[in-house]
Amino acid sequence: MSKTHVTTTINGTRTEFLCEANETLLTVLRDRLHLTGAKEGCGSGDCGACSVTLNGRLVASCLVLGVEAEGAEITTVEGMAEGGELHPLQQKFLDLAALQCGVCTPGILVAAKALLEKNPDPSEQEVRYWLAGNLCRCTGYDKIIKAVLAAAADLRGAA
Amino acid sequence: MSAPLPEFTLLHPHDVDAALAAAKAHPEARFVAGGTDLLVNMRHGIGAPDTLISLSRIKALRRISATDDGLFIGAGVTLAELARHPVLRHYEAIRDAACVVAGPSHRNAATLGGNLCLDTRCLYYNQSDWWRHSNGYCLKYRGEICHVAPRGKRCRAAFCGDMAPALMVHGARIELATADGTRHLPLEAFYLEDGAAHLVLAPDEIVTGVYLPPNDADSARSAYTKIRIRQAIDFPLAGVALACDPVAEGLRFRLAFTGTNARPVLVDLPEALDSGANDATRDDYFNGLEKLVQRSVSPQRTTTTQPHYRRLAVAAMARRLAVGLAAGSAAGSAAG
Ligand SMILES: Cc1cc2nc3c(=O)[nH]c(=O)nc-3n(C[C@H](O)[C@H](O)[C@H](O)COP(=O)(O)OP(=O)(O)OC[C@H]3O[C@@H](n4cnc5c(N)ncnc54)[C@H](O)[C@@H]3O)c2cc1C
Ligand code: FES
Ligand code: FES
Repeated sequence: MSKTHVTTTINGTRTEFLCEANETLLTVLRDRLHLTGAKEGCGSGDCGACSVTLNGRLVASCLVLGVEAEGAEITTVEGMAEGGELHPLQQKFLDLAALQCGVCTPGILVAAKALLEKNPDPSEQEVRYWLAGNLCRCTGYDKIIKAVLAAAADLRGAA
Repeated sequence: MSAPLPEFTLLHPHDVDAALAAAKAHPEARFVAGGTDLLVNMRHGIGAPDTLISLSRIKALRRISATDDGLFIGAGVTLAELARHPVLRHYEAIRDAACVVAGPSHRNAATLGGNLCLDTRCLYYNQSDWWRHSNGYCLKYRGEICHVAPRGKRCRAAFCGDMAPALMVHGARIELATADGTRHLPLEAFYLEDGAAHLVLAPDEIVTGVYLPPNDADSARSAYTKIRIRQAIDFPLAGVALACDPVAEGLRFRLAFTGTNARPVLVDLPEALDSGANDATRDDYFNGLEKLVQRSVSPQRTTTTQPHYRRLAVAAMARRLAVGLAAGSAAGSAAG
């Protein structure tokens, strides 16, 4: 099959790639662009480990065709730290031990960042609602929610 | 790792006419909108269309507009947009339903058209290819029998979309187009009671959107609720939409259900609730409503949750919504 040429911006950098029609954005990111932060937990939209943003909207990249990224702005977990400094969400996840195996973490960080950009002061319930699509088999969620709320407070303080 | 998607050619028409011409030229093609249902099924080896016609670049399908007699919502509008759109404030059931489809990331991609055309679901169908192969497949796809009702001739997979019942209680009409013309149907006429062929949609026909009659009277109210296995993100085991309209005799209720049959089921309650009714009469009325709901739905063994439970639950949810809306509407008229 003939490949399609796709031009996107990924984490602020203009990026071009060739992909087959049946490749998902997740496969493109991981196997073609070697951005292995987003994980494949299920491949069927159930787990959220593959979360990225596409034109500012959180999506499950395992359910987006790579070709649909033409002209789009994409952000992944690799774009969160700036100049070697961790994003406050990443720092709080470390400080508050909000991860164990870490497979869900990149997706949760991206989803939480998308939430805080829309709503800098979410209630605990809003955090839980917003992260509904992100499964974690290890932590029991409590520390994840606490870390997101702490990072939100940090970011509000910094603003 | 899950199975890769089968190979296909992907087309990106920029307008509806081009999409319809492509569908006519490629009889085996499927439309893909948000992909959150179709791609999951394709990964499970359900269907291997040679061509996918993506609707993502058709701006005309993403329109929400006021019309002379109500509202038009394009098939390409995402559920996230619907959930927060101010024009839906008078259509509470539709907004409620949009807020409880899947999770936030799905709603950003999921479209209204894809939700209305959602494939039916079943314990024996929404499984990987090797699972279904080991089980001899089933009537819905590649197999001979329905494992839910082995002696029957019909597939019993259930329609589980959340949006259809909410739109139905608001009197929605669906607009369908082919290269040869356009037709409009009441939304309930879009569905059939056959899990393997539950839509009247032709292969080269597209859903362009839905029309809603005006609903600006402050007192006309509606709501949608559902039960699901994972409370945070899941298809409905059963869902109920209810709208109540003040009429001369009192309050009239219209109900619609999902997750209980191969199609969403619409029920117009024959009698209105008398606004002057005392507590005992009201109770009788709601008992009658609950019984009617139980008789109107036919949940099957399509989920891990027993049909009898889903029948009782859907009736109890309907009653709860009706009692709540009746109380709200009484409070509203007293305050007014
Ligand atoms: C984890 C998970 C949970 C989910 N939970 C729910 C839930 O709770 N409730 C629910 O209702 N759904 C749920 N879904 C299913 C799905 O996300 C939604 O139903 C969604 O609205 C489907 O829309 P789409 O645009 O992604 O459809 P697609 O997958 O693009 O298409 C679905 C079908 O519709 C056809 N189609 C799409 N648009 C058109 C059109 N304009 N004209 C003609 N045919 C068209 C396609 O050919 C395909 O057959 C869930 C999905 C996942 C992965
Ligand atoms: S890998 Fe995409 S949701 Fe699980
Ligand atoms: S830390 Fe292991 S899945 Fe979340």
